[in-house]
Amino acid sequence: MPRSVPVAITVNGSKTERQVEPRTLLVHFLREELDLTGVHIGCESTLCGACTVHLNGRAVKSCTVLAVQADGQDVTTIEGLAQDADNLHPLQVGFWEKHGLQCGYCTPGMIMAAKQLLDDNPNPSEAEIREAIDGNICRCTGYQQIVDAVQHAAQAAGAA
Amino acid sequence: MTTFRPNSIGKPIKRREDPRLIRGLATYTDDVKLPRMTYAAFVRSDFAAGEIRSIDTTAAADRPGVVGVYTYADMDGQVGGAPIGVAIPGMPDHPLLADGRVLYVGHPVAVVVAESPYAARDAAAAVEVDIEPREAVVDVEAALAPDAPRVYDELDSNICLQVPAPNPEADKLFEQADQTLSIRLLNQRVAPFPMEGRATCAHWEEGPGKLTIWTSNQAPHSVKQQIAMCLRIPEIRVRAIAPEVGGGFGAKIPTYAEDALLCWVSRDLRRPVKWSETRTENLLGMTHGRGHVEKIEVAFQSDGRVLALKGQTIADIGAFRSFFGPFIALSTHTMSCGCYDIKAVAWETSSVFTNTMATEAYRGAGRPEAAYLIERVMDEVAAATGIDPVAVRRRNFISKDAFPHTTPSGATYDTGDYEKSLNRMIELAGYDEVREAQRRARDDGRLVGIGLATFTEVCGLGPSTGTAPQQRMGTWESATVRVEPSGNVTVYTGISPHGQGQETVFAQQVSDAFGVGLDDVVVVHGDTDQVQHGVGTFGSRGIAVGGAALDMALVKVHAKATRIAAHHLDAPVDQIGYEDGEFTVTGTDRKLTFRQVAEMAHLWNVNVPGEEPGLEAVARFEPSATTFPFGAHLCQVEIDPESGEIEIQRYVAVDDFGEVMNPMLADGQRLGGVVQGIGQAMWEEVQYDEGGQLLSGTLMDYAVPRAKRFPRMELDNTVTPTPINPLGAKGIGELGTIGATPCIVNAIVDALRPLGIDNIDMPAKPERIWRAIQAATAN
Repeated sequence: MPRSVPVAITVNGSKTERQVEPRTLLVHFLREELDLTGVHIGCESTLCGACTVHLNGRAVKSCTVLAVQADGQDVTTIEGLAQDADNLHPLQVGFWEKHGLQCGYCTPGMIMAAKQLLDDNPNPSEAEIREAIDGNICRCTGYQQIVDAVQHAAQAAGAA
Repeated sequence: MTTFRPNSIGKPIKRREDPRLIRGLATYTDDVKLPRMTYAAFVRSDFAAGEIRSIDTTAAADRPGVVGVYTYADMDGQVGGAPIGVAIPGMPDHPLLADGRVLYVGHPVAVVVAESPYAARDAAAAVEVDIEPREAVVDVEAALAPDAPRVYDELDSNICLQVPAPNPEADKLFEQADQTLSIRLLNQRVAPFPMEGRATCAHWEEGPGKLTIWTSNQAPHSVKQQIAMCLRIPEIRVRAIAPEVGGGFGAKIPTYAEDALLCWVSRDLRRPVKWSETRTENLLGMTHGRGHVEKIEVAFQSDGRVLALKGQTIADIGAFRSFFGPFIALSTHTMSCGCYDIKAVAWETSSVFTNTMATEAYRGAGRPEAAYLIERVMDEVAAATGIDPVAVRRRNFISKDAFPHTTPSGATYDTGDYEKSLNRMIELAGYDEVREAQRRARDDGRLVGIGLATFTEVCGLGPSTGTAPQQRMGTWESATVRVEPSGNVTVYTGISPHGQGQETVFAQQVSDAFGVGLDDVVVVHGDTDQVQHGVGTFGSRGIAVGGAALDMALVKVHAKATRIAAHHLDAPVDQIGYEDGEFTVTGTDRKLTFRQVAEMAHLWNVNVPGEEPGLEAVARFEPSATTFPFGAHLCQVEIDPESGEIEIQRYVAVDDFGEVMNPMLADGQRLGGVVQGIGQAMWEEVQYDEGGQLLSGTLMDYAVPRAKRFPRMELDNTVTPTPINPLGAKGIGELGTIGATPCIVNAIVDALRPLGIDNIDMPAKPERIWRAIQAATAN
């Protein structure tokens, strides 16, 4: 059997420990070991953003991060954004209100990328939003309603 | 127009689908986990054409975790060929794995099954395939040459299907016309690129003798039928589930060879097997779209009237027949007149094999090619006659009083009012001011272009007369409405939405029919064991055919509920009125709520003469014809002469798709379609080298549109209902891709026309623009 190594990663606030092959990608660790299947795989090459999660509060594309690189660190996935249906993150609300998704496959990564933007810049312009999500591909929406969704979230957060 | 008084319908209701999707709680195929799961990886041909001399699987089979390695020899005689929609006499079958010859790069040669995805991919790399390469034919026009290498040795040529449609009337009009012009247009091969690639999980259960296949597909009932035929088992032993599906765009209509193969493997192993393709596999082995060469001659008068067209479509269908593949190009001829009153059309369509991946329906499927050619033609006629492109279009429009209108190319348009959408677009865009600004910009030496497209297309696929017996499917659609004793409602629909939002729109329809809340309705789709036989989501048919079937079922249930209410209220049926969830005896205050009637229908303690217990109906809608939405788009671009870079400065779209069920979702379909169309116009291109090697196999080489390349789109719509279905809705899913490509290219050519440039082939990449500018200015 292939060699395995221990990793301990805090995911969505819970500490997890597993033995994994050293080559295990973070996205596979999250999906296969932890059943966090909201993290999607779209290109395996850092180019589409479907697998975007936060590593220590910064957005990363988990298809090109090794699980061992996340050892001892904090990961947040889409599943970690809301405790339940009544306590959605403002971005989740924005995407719902403004029809920022169709097939939904890019959505978790898109929301995590947008979260990075709003964490850094609570009042982004349309151009700044488009720049921030340029590394995330959506094939359904044409992006305009995603921009609306992020603006909605920014306004809601500003009003809170 | 609607059967039930609209209350929810027509409003921008937010989607019922979204709560699971925005929290990462949806189940796509790759999220399915089963006990004893195995994982598949494919070994694919690195050559575009060749003979397989040997396949050595021993090293792969010996690797840790491998449970099976299969080649064609293992299944020879046990399964049929890859599923196809329509048989063509004399055409070879396409086996599930290469049977001694490879026909394109990416052709599956073997499949490895292992205990983990990593082990499967490792072992796939250890399969040794020795292929004797032979000369491939890649360019579709070269494939037509008599001495071209043949994709299939047993055929006389590379032509799969050739349909001539000569017309002496067109010849006569060409002799009478003031002017003629000819233009050669390329509709390049593009990748559908759904964000979720193909994924399949096959699970044969030996106990019940039943196969369940989860697959990312647009038409699960077709999957069930095709898998059963391919594996030669009764269809009642197959359950197909399309769970959450991450986009399709036509490329998930077919049942792929890989799908059928994995079903066979699961039965052989008696274990579930799952496969999710990599993005490179997706670009290699998911069907591509378009791939047309169109050669057009136009006869027209000096006043801009177009009299006749003569056209030739050469369609590259790749190395084998996909489900609809060879037939898609025929609709380019059918729709070649666009929204214009052209008197005669002559055409020849050739669907041609090449050593490349097969082509299939892709968002528009034959109609974008038609809209592209006729809208490019209109701009060239405008340029040749010196008449404004708007005026040329008006001069040729079919009059709004002339519907239904049958074109000389054989399409019968239900309704149209092309002046109405054009006028609204001109108003919204401020056309005169835009042209004036362009004149000033040109005076300053800037390359600013204005592009137009006024187009019509075909939606609401059926009717079933267009399908062939071998498909074992019509193009009607089904719906079941099941009212529970509580009055809550479950809808089972035969369409298979994957982002379009029918879980929401259908709940809106139910809410309007029965006065129940949106939360009191669940819409079930994509599971052949739950849903009555149905057809699927493609051809912009979800609302126009699927929604119409639901409307019929709602009418049936409503009528039964009215009869039950009449009995319990002790009044004749024609004395029962209905409003907002209440049945009332006319002129009295005696009433029953819908929920009370639902309970009475199930408790059944009072016999209602002539009625069975329960409150449920199934309905199937067979449309009498297709519907023809239309639109008027405008865009403005500016080109940097130094780099060839194009900036899209404005995009204005006024579409008419009949009655609007949910304007927010309709906007989403249009915005997404326009961006996808712009993607083809400006960046996207599947490229093979001359030996048939795929050059666009990753996102580094295949340019999908990204957010920052677009301005805010300006949308509006007009409403011309269709009489073809009870909802008056025409269909919307493919409008954007159909209008956007000619609109963008017309704008680019308009920007460059002062330099003497009269055509730019798609994709209009900066290099291509820069070279055209260099060549033009050197002269």
